[in-house]
Amino acid sequence: MIGRDEPAPAPTSDGQLIQIDHLVKTYLLGEVEVHALRGVTLGIRRGEFVAIMGASGSGKSTFMNILGCLDKPTKGTYILDGIDVSRLTRDELAHIRNSKLGFVFQGFNLLSRTSAIENVELPLLYGTSSIRDREERAVKALNMVGLGDRVHHYPNQLSGGQQQRVAIARALVNDPSIVLADEPTGNLDSRTSVEVMGIFQELNEKGITIILVTHEPDIAQFAKRHIIFRDGRIKSDRINSSPKLAAEVISELPAVDQEEPV
Amino acid sequence: MKILNILISAFRALQRNKMRSFLTMLGIIIGVAAVIAMLAIGQGAQYSVEQQISSLGTNVLIVYPGSQNTGGIKGGAGTNTTLTEDDCIAIQRECPAVGLISPGTRAGGQIIAGNMNWATGIEGTGSDYLEIRKWGIEYGDFYTDADIKAAAKVCVLGKTVADALFPDGSPVGQTVRIRNVPCKVLGVLTKKGQNAMGQDQDDVVLAPWTTVKRRLTWFPYLRQILVSATSPGNIPVAQTQITELLRMRHKIAPYDADDFSIRNQADLANAATATTQILTILLASIASVSLLVGGIGIMNIMLVSVTERTREIGIRMSVGARSRDILMQFLIEALVLSLLGGITGILLGVGGSGAISSLAKWPTIITFFSILLSFGFSIAIGIFFGFYPARKAAMLNPIDALRYE
Repeated sequence: MIGRDEPAPAPTSDGQLIQIDHLVKTYLLGEVEVHALRGVTLGIRRGEFVAIMGASGSGKSTFMNILGCLDKPTKGTYILDGIDVSRLTRDELAHIRNSKLGFVFQGFNLLSRTSAIENVELPLLYGTSSIRDREERAVKALNMVGLGDRVHHYPNQLSGGQQQRVAIARALVNDPSIVLADEPTGNLDSRTSVEVMGIFQELNEKGITIILVTHEPDIAQFAKRHIIFRDGRIKSDRINSSPKLAAEVISELPAVDQEEPV
Repeated sequence: MKILNILISAFRALQRNKMRSFLTMLGIIIGVAAVIAMLAIGQGAQYSVEQQISSLGTNVLIVYPGSQNTGGIKGGAGTNTTLTEDDCIAIQRECPAVGLISPGTRAGGQIIAGNMNWATGIEGTGSDYLEIRKWGIEYGDFYTDADIKAAAKVCVLGKTVADALFPDGSPVGQTVRIRNVPCKVLGVLTKKGQNAMGQDQDDVVLAPWTTVKRRLTWFPYLRQILVSATSPGNIPVAQTQITELLRMRHKIAPYDADDFSIRNQADLANAATATTQILTILLASIASVSLLVGGIGIMNIMLVSVTERTREIGIRMSVGARSRDILMQFLIEALVLSLLGGITGILLGVGGSGAISSLAKWPTIITFFSILLSFGFSIAIGIFFGFYPARKAAMLNPIDALRYE
């Protein structure tokens, strides 16, 4: 399924954007202890395009939440861009999310009845930028995802693919170190999915680190590295030396007249 | 997050649910408007009562005879026959704190002028009566000491009586018949309006007290003695002097009760003012209950809003909103609701009070204090009732909030 795999290099301390060491996460569900992560050690370099895969319950979502600074590990360390974020407070984590991370979700998670540009500006509201600066950066981010002509559209006036692109623009607007995408194509048809992956590939070309959670092997094909979780541990971690190119895949797909709203 | 940004997003959030925002505000609008209007009515009543009482003359004392007591049956205040002309003369002569004095007696009856007639009260007074009561003659003259000495058949009409009997022409020089006694009209009094009890003070005919006594009632005693103290500060002194003098003159034993009573306007004024103050407080407190209910409405809607926008809160948190950003956002939304409601309520209350005064002819006074009070109240309500929902929102776990369906 994943052709010509090679083992990933062992994590080293230099040049790492993310360094995770023996990460453990245990939930208390009622009186039952759930071991979501049982010791994960991992390094991700700047500029990588990583796909995290695994069945539901494998711990990949918990791992993503911790990577996204939305949750704290029970044990272990997580160093992001030189900062040990595993011991930060709630508000400090919020600041990290604001300045270093961009999120793309399966359900787009745009504010309804709020225009594309306002949605994209949202992270900047919690920063220090001025109104004019905000607008400039939001328009720039929308241009990057090819929505320069839909700036003042509302989510309900946009197709699923366009909504997800607004979400990607929102993730990009703060110049994050990492874009975390949690099943970004889960709600999209196959053609739009490839288009969205194309955008991720373009962004990755520009040097943005992308971490993608997916359970679809087809989608994972576009990433450069595959990490598979099982039972709270990493089962395999391999480089995908020949990722598919979204641009090529699209040209092979049958032509569609126009994008239908989802 | 800057305050300006929060304000903008609060306005946007409220705009997205215009109808709901308006209905939520309505509670505060009605509450504030009610408080403003009730305070305006209460203070208007207080003001007009004070006005009417001071229109009686501020340093006036009234001496009434005590109650008649025949074989244990008490006749009520003013029935006793204890006050005489000699008492008057003695008070005038021996009480230095007393300025002017006017003996008083009273009759009722039909007044006839030509083909018009009018039933009213006839006050027998002394010649200083108008000065004591700070009253004036609109046109014509008042009767003199000579008229009083002679029990002259003259009178002065109150404005209401003059208008009733002489709708077209001037009554001065005309003759009216009071209970078949023809009296020459010397003048007409200026308009004085209602007194504190709502009686028309202009519905009166004044005549020399001797005339009323000898020609109308044949009642040899005085119904009252109207006295002015030399200054408002001297009222208690004058009261003591008159009491001592009359007790002595009426030969009242040291431990027996007075056979007369003295009332002064200050007591009446204080009582009336206290009553209207209680009225004001009562009205305002009833109105503030509706303000409280309005506040609960805000809390209710904000709680619904927090639940409804859980996912929005999650999104905001995921892009970097801190707990205090979320707290401020919802607190300011509640505050904007209550402030907009408060301002609208103030406008409505001011307008409503104006409408009440012009339609119901009820005096209303809007003070800066009552506006400030309701404004402060609505801010306090916004903060108080907005805090709990806002805190609830701020304490949400970002992951749970994002996953919330």
